[in-house]
Amino acid sequence: MNKRSIRIFDINLATQQVEVSHREDLDHYLGGTGLAAKLFSETMDPALDALHPDQPVILANGPLNTIFPVVTKVVAVFRSPLTGEYGESHAGMRLGLAMRGAGVDALILRGKADKPTYLVIGPQGVKFKDASALWGLGCGETGTILRRIAPGRGHRSCIRIGPSGEKAVAFAGVNVDTYRHFGRLGMGAVFGSKNLKAAVIYGDRDESIQNMKAYRPTYEKIYQKVVNTDLMEKYHDLGTSINVIPLNELKALPTRNLQQSSFEAAEAISGETFAEKTLLRQVACSGCPIGCIHLGLFREEFGKSHEYKFQSLSYDHELIFALGSYLGMSTTQKIYQLIDEVEQLGLDAITAGVALGWVIEALDTGIIRKEEVLTPVAFDDPEGCKKVLGNMVQQPNDFYRTLAKGTEAAAEVYGGMEFAMTMGKHEMAGYHTGHANLVGMAVGSRHSHLDNAGYSVDQKHRDQDPKTLVEALVQEEKQRNVLTSLCICLFARSIYDTETVLEALNSVGIERSAADLEALGEEIYALKNDLRHQLGFDLDNLRFADRFFETPSLSGQLSRKVLDEMLEYYQSITK
Amino acid sequence: MEKILKVADIDRCIGCYSCMLACSRTLRKSFAPSRASLQIHTAGGFQSKFVAEICRGCDNAPCALVCKYGALIVREGGGVKFKEDKCVGCGECVEACIIDVLHFDEDRKKSMPCIQCGSCVRFCPHEVLAMEVKTDE
Repeated sequence: MNKRSIRIFDINLATQQVEVSHREDLDHYLGGTGLAAKLFSETMDPALDALHPDQPVILANGPLNTIFPVVTKVVAVFRSPLTGEYGESHAGMRLGLAMRGAGVDALILRGKADKPTYLVIGPQGVKFKDASALWGLGCGETGTILRRIAPGRGHRSCIRIGPSGEKAVAFAGVNVDTYRHFGRLGMGAVFGSKNLKAAVIYGDRDESIQNMKAYRPTYEKIYQKVVNTDLMEKYHDLGTSINVIPLNELKALPTRNLQQSSFEAAEAISGETFAEKTLLRQVACSGCPIGCIHLGLFREEFGKSHEYKFQSLSYDHELIFALGSYLGMSTTQKIYQLIDEVEQLGLDAITAGVALGWVIEALDTGIIRKEEVLTPVAFDDPEGCKKVLGNMVQQPNDFYRTLAKGTEAAAEVYGGMEFAMTMGKHEMAGYHTGHANLVGMAVGSRHSHLDNAGYSVDQKHRDQDPKTLVEALVQEEKQRNVLTSLCICLFARSIYDTETVLEALNSVGIERSAADLEALGEEIYALKNDLRHQLGFDLDNLRFADRFFETPSLSGQLSRKVLDEMLEYYQSITK
Repeated sequence: MEKILKVADIDRCIGCYSCMLACSRTLRKSFAPSRASLQIHTAGGFQSKFVAEICRGCDNAPCALVCKYGALIVREGGGVKFKEDKCVGCGECVEACIIDVLHFDEDRKKSMPCIQCGSCVRFCPHEVLAMEVKTDE
């Protein structure tokens, strides 16, 4: 079997040296998650803090990216400053296309630059550029300036951090081309710890199609399946925000710091309302004919005499949950105010929203004082929330310096652990569906709801025994490892069944069997499990807030007994 | 009458680049959208509208008129036909293009003209592009 040579740039920001390697031994991992996790295992040091300059950030592309429909993601792996454990985040937009055009399969970023720096990565190699003038700027302005001064106009990708990343907020994200993000788990802080403000990636490298007879019909078949069946339509239509109303009706929409699981104002902030009142258009990641990225109009009056400013902001279910129902926000306008703030600061929207929910309740119950929070803040109060968000980044006192480490870190110091809604120190996502959702996030390799889709397992396997739920979670995570190693957007998981994946791979000369893919899923699962244990994961240390068991869920009232049974069974099958 | 490529409605574009991928695949046997004869791009990031750079199918196309080698030939209905084996890579056609949408492939040393085949239109999910008979308006 012909092995592909994986081309890697190992970029040291401290020495400004780049080691280029071509590795056939990594062909086996395909790309994406598998490739990034493997490179991370070779380069990370479990003895060093997440923000130590020597800790690497890995970015990995996949062999099918852009050249097959909806294969659009790039996978980032790093040590999370939020959880201290294995960090992995995925983002689309134009990054996969740009890496492909630049002729690089994976990037390793390590070391700390001696001053604020941005990278330009293209066919002519890597340039280290002074970013002093960009330091302190929001994600929007940074993008505007880089578009003017960096090469590759039109099809480049520009990834950058905002002030939150610079100030090492443990849940700072990396903005990708304005509307996508490596959001979760604090990759922005890792960039900041390296004095790395941004990277512009571009290139127009040619790549000949070797086997047109195989490739063209395979591409066309998948394209037709994506465009002419209803498998993907909901993602273009209302997008994931289609879920707001049904989740609300099923008592699965986290509301007011999960004091409730349904929201009386759900209708007013639903996907339908966002679309009817504000939707401007949908855009797509490069190579995806769906276009699930919903851009809405945020229009604000800032002066008398009808003075307005406007922005187009991206919204989806997770944003409507985290900056909407979770904070009791009752209108689309209020949610947009918070989205705008979070975007410019460069924060992860989910963690920022969940942390805010904890702050509001902690202030309300007197656990923390107004003198610490420095502003009044309440549910359905965007102005107060914006001030807290700003303070999370600026960290003017001990309270905010602690909060900048995450919800659980703050609750450890100030109390309120019973309503600090995290799992494995990672803030919950927009579902309160049942036990599988809790266990899934808790045992998932990176504590993400996307590791194993517990929220979906709860719905598919309703009323089934704990063992079935655990088995479904583990099986799902293994399968997802294969899809994300290929950088297939998980929205297209129903398109890319095993047979389709094999056909696509084989049509571009990558020979694999179903057994190979299954074995790879297992191998990556084990690799990530090993990595997180090295980084401190311990099943016995998992903590579940009382609130999860008090507020009714889609599966009814949850019980610690069932949860413990699931964890016990999980432990027995993963030893 | 032969049809030529038109931008029917750029405001419907989602920026998926399926059209460019179709063109590169069909005309250049390449995965790279940079090898397409049409280019969809942003001009100010994703906040801006998309821009479509396509061959407008000139009558008596200036690019064909400057070709001394018989590689680019004026096409009935607008635009050009391309005999790639006759292209020597002089690049004069690229300079002759009035609206700067004809590009040169530096690797293959050939120009990359649109031949009005309509492959891009077939793969546009939002009817941004269309093949139409040229009118005298």
